[in-house]
Amino acid sequence: MSARPGFWRQVYDSVFRHKFGDTPRNRMLQITSNVFLHLHPATVRRHGLRLRYTWGMGGLSFLMFLVTVVTGVVLMFYYRPTAATAYIDMKNLQHEIPFGMFQRNMHRWGAHAMVILVWLHMLRVFLSGSYKPPREFNWGVGVVLLTLTMLLSFTGYLLPWDQLARWAITVGTNMAAATPFLGHQGPGAQLTGVTERTDVRALLLGGPQVGDAALLRFYVLHCVFLPLIASTFMIVHFWRVRKDGGISGPPATDSDAAAGRSGGQS
Amino acid sequence: MTEEHAKNHLWGRRDWLTALGWTAIAGALLAGTAAFGRLLFRRAPIEPPTQFRAGRPADYAAGTVSDRFVKTWRVFIVHENSQLYAILGKCTHLGCTPRWYRRENKFKCPCHGSGFDTAGVNFEGPAPRPLERARVWLDDAGELWVDVGQRYARENWGQPGAHVRVSAARERA
Repeated sequence: MSARPGFWRQVYDSVFRHKFGDTPRNRMLQITSNVFLHLHPATVRRHGLRLRYTWGMGGLSFLMFLVTVVTGVVLMFYYRPTAATAYIDMKNLQHEIPFGMFQRNMHRWGAHAMVILVWLHMLRVFLSGSYKPPREFNWGVGVVLLTLTMLLSFTGYLLPWDQLARWAITVGTNMAAATPFLGHQGPGAQLTGVTERTDVRALLLGGPQVGDAALLRFYVLHCVFLPLIASTFMIVHFWRVRKDGGISGPPATDSDAAAGRSGGQS
Repeated sequence: MTEEHAKNHLWGRRDWLTALGWTAIAGALLAGTAAFGRLLFRRAPIEPPTQFRAGRPADYAAGTVSDRFVKTWRVFIVHENSQLYAILGKCTHLGCTPRWYRRENKFKCPCHGSGFDTAGVNFEGPAPRPLERARVWLDDAGELWVDVGQRYARENWGQPGAHVRVSAARERA
């Protein structure tokens, strides 16, 4: 391929910024010269392969995010977020649309798995002390991402528009009404002057109860607003993992230092 | 811009323009955020009507709880002690609709198990206070009306709108 200039050579060169040959230099360039530079490390340290240390939880959480994004977009082709259509659209997806049940269940289980994996990811980072310098900032970013994951899960809960969905969101938003200062039933509501129509619950529901306005609001939050914000924070999160010395590993020992190897902590 | 000029002027032209530019950007972002925050609360809240006709008092036998308006209006009509009142089907814990269980003679919330007696007073589960009542009145034709937009917490149950007196004579008739 490299010997004869031609059409396909030009196509290849237009897409990739390195030569085709399987050399260590080209393998490195595959990583460092493409758009995923900050996502995938140019070199993988030996400790990075030790599943017992990281549990692979961060990567798996991200995988679940990708699964829900892809299947979620598929579901959007049939789902209409109004009280009159939401439930029947969900049922049609399950029973009438080819592979609809599969897509919906992938989305549902992927979402459940993401919530569980994100918590386990936090647990692992805590247990291995991977929040310590220079990774404190990324712990903070992770806390925001954890919150966004819960919000994505909560907003998606309403969309099937069945009894469970409606009453769960009724309960959840009534809890928001008890937020200090921001909820009309919470402490300090007199101070801020929020009422049933102007408090944080009204902001979430767009009306006095869980109805059409709430469904539309949760839909937009779930499909556009929160994924965009979560994606932004994920970009920062992964970039900081790279900049803070790659995925965390065991601290460097004296024998490592003597042999010129570096640990993963810093 | 010379160094001498910079020494004599704390803020040069470029500094002013830079500050102005960033102020404009920050101001635009701030104004946009504030506008979006306001946009989320509509000027004229769209809310369902609150008043409905609930039939004649004689439709409700003494000592009974009727759940015929629960699906449509979220209201239980109770006839007890020569009084008619409308209990709002909204649990005071977190807002689910309790159900009426005739055999057990109580309202029970399916969400977290709060229980209320026929007067709507909580006696089990996490509910912190009794169920609220909606305003009731009789029109000139003797029909019962309910307004779920006007509510009475327990301390106001004595007020005129919180219940309608039903005379024993009318009950028999």
